[in-house]
Amino acid sequence: MLSIKNLHVSIADKPILKGINLQINAGEIHAIMGPNGSGKSTLAHVLSGKSGYTVTEGSVTYNTKNLLAMEAEIRAREGVFLAFQYPVEIPGVSNIYLLKAALNSIRKYQGQPEVDAMDFLTLVKEKVRLLDMDEKFLYRAVNEGFSGGEKKRNEILQMAILEPKLCIMDETDSGLDIDALKVVAQGVNSLRSPERSFIMVTHYQRLLDYIKPDFVHVLANGQIVKSGGADLALELEEKGYGWLEEQAAA
Amino acid sequence: MSASAQQIKNRISQEYKQGFVTELEANTFPPGLDEAVIHKLSTIKNEPEFMLEYRLKAFRHWQTMKSPEWAFVKFDPIDYQAISYYSAPKRKEDGPKSLDEIDPQVLDAYKKLGIPLDEQERLAGVAVDAVFDSVSVATTFKGKLKEAGVIFCPISEALRDHPELVKQYLGSVVPPADNYFAALNSAVFTDGSFVYIPKGVRCPMELSTYFRINAAKTGQFERTLIIADEGSHVSYLEGCTAPMRDENQLHAAVVELIALKDATIKYSTVQNWYPGDKEGKGGIYNFVTKRADCRGENSKVSWTQVETGSAITWKYPSCILTGDNSTGEFYSVALTNNYQQADTGTKMIHIGKNTRSTIISKGISAGRAQNTYRGLVKVLKSAAYARNYTQCDSLLIGDRCGAHTFPYVEVKQPSAQVEHEATTSKISEDQLFFCRQRGLSAEDAVSMIVNGFCKAVFKELPMEFAVEAQALLGLSLEGSVG
Repeated sequence: MLSIKNLHVSIADKPILKGINLQINAGEIHAIMGPNGSGKSTLAHVLSGKSGYTVTEGSVTYNTKNLLAMEAEIRAREGVFLAFQYPVEIPGVSNIYLLKAALNSIRKYQGQPEVDAMDFLTLVKEKVRLLDMDEKFLYRAVNEGFSGGEKKRNEILQMAILEPKLCIMDETDSGLDIDALKVVAQGVNSLRSPERSFIMVTHYQRLLDYIKPDFVHVLANGQIVKSGGADLALELEEKGYGWLEEQAAA
Repeated sequence: MSASAQQIKNRISQEYKQGFVTELEANTFPPGLDEAVIHKLSTIKNEPEFMLEYRLKAFRHWQTMKSPEWAFVKFDPIDYQAISYYSAPKRKEDGPKSLDEIDPQVLDAYKKLGIPLDEQERLAGVAVDAVFDSVSVATTFKGKLKEAGVIFCPISEALRDHPELVKQYLGSVVPPADNYFAALNSAVFTDGSFVYIPKGVRCPMELSTYFRINAAKTGQFERTLIIADEGSHVSYLEGCTAPMRDENQLHAAVVELIALKDATIKYSTVQNWYPGDKEGKGGIYNFVTKRADCRGENSKVSWTQVETGSAITWKYPSCILTGDNSTGEFYSVALTNNYQQADTGTKMIHIGKNTRSTIISKGISAGRAQNTYRGLVKVLKSAAYARNYTQCDSLLIGDRCGAHTFPYVEVKQPSAQVEHEATTSKISEDQLFFCRQRGLSAEDAVSMIVNGFCKAVFKELPMEFAVEAQALLGLSLEGSVG
């Protein structure tokens, strides 16, 4: 599904990612871990098409297409979804309005008919129940006055409705208490399918207690310094990142 | 410039859709203004004597006045002798009796604008007065309104058919000497709408006037007078467009509203005069005086405006809250782009007891535009327990535009409560990226964010207008996200 080859990325001439290689197949969950400043969020942003990053070398192929050549909205319509670390507020725009506009722009791109208001409402209400959210959520302005947990749950709601193929989750666990974390994890698990892949960027192991990854990669200083199975996360929890960084430097 | 900014620029650089010119034979005065021109105007309109006197008095006063300079707008002095003060499509004798007699090209022009004047094609429930340059060319649904006792006609016709009503109210809210442009208008106004809603009548349909400037080198000086008698209710809509021309054209209107006891007037404007091109060339100078007098107890006037056009807008729809328990409201969206300038806001003058006013103003600036909110809340000593709430928000798109706020508050009554809230924000790259990451194009994202920002005002617009206003806002954005 996704093939990252020798990816080098700079911000304002400062190299951040220095040759990332990663192969993600359909249905897999990959966790990207690493210390602060290792380039985790940069990777999430570059894959989802945020501006301000310069790819100096390498390629990213997504379902045989050149992902890096696509505008952000085209990537979204092709099924790439980023769950934001800091979801923004959009005053005056209701959640349900945004969701419907987003879904229809994706469906239109994919050659499907737009959903009408009634069908959409049925769909949304079903997902809202699934995520144990209050329906009132839908009519509030996007993220305005939401608590940290509500914002993250809202991201998962969007994911559930847009049904992306590749979900990139940027520190979705940050700022969540344990109950909210469980709800979010439950939502993600309900979306797991053989056609859908996940990249979970996280600093801590605790999210991985609830969402079990197939692979764990450790990013340090812009490179993947170690890859392994779910056990690697536990090892990191115990030993920290220091030993890997030293290894990489040696 | 980032990719998203470029896309926005492309999409919002759409042409002004209403910029066409209708070629037709017109009766146009040669440029210039003196007493002879005013005599000629009054004669052509077959006005009663008092009107000529009114005009001449206003003209004489205007000559002693100076163009105001306090507004936060810049423009070269206007040569008032280079403007023609009357232009009307040529027509048979006394004016058209029915649509068949109107120049088909004029009908066609309105059709192109989406305002068919044929009653069959009109949405039921909206009566239209169409003002083309200096004259009203058609008023629809007159018969149906007459059944309800509502008078809705061109003001030139009202001067002939209901001179006593016009005489009683004209200039009673905006006196001829009120300000420079009001004085000019009082001297040379040509047409506009007149509305009278009798006691206890709820106007059976929305009334609307559609103003169109067509002829070159002319000014449009329209005059609107709306009187809501005791216990009546009316909702009035106004729309404006003009062709694209390289020179600036002056539109100096006066609108007076009078609400008597227990009456309600809702006045909505979607102003889309030609704003000039991307370099700031051409466009309409929209120098307008709009004022309402809530004369009776429990009366209410609500102004809602969506201002997206004009090179320069200078306009403060105001309410004089004379009657006890009267209410004044002002809901405004003003969008400026490229080199447009807007200095707009409202005045709420509290005179009666327990008077209330609400001001919600949303200013949006893009390109190199300057957008100013200027508002006055004045509570006189007589206005015990008066209350005002003002919310004034500015949204900036890009980094070369400006937003300015000048709120004036004068309170002479200790029991009054006056609140003012103001915010200034920018459409952030983060908001844009978030929307695009959800599959929306950059241009749809900007439209959505701007519409969200204006929501509190749009919900005050009549349904039909709200949709138009939202679409217009999307089209009028021409700038870039920095």
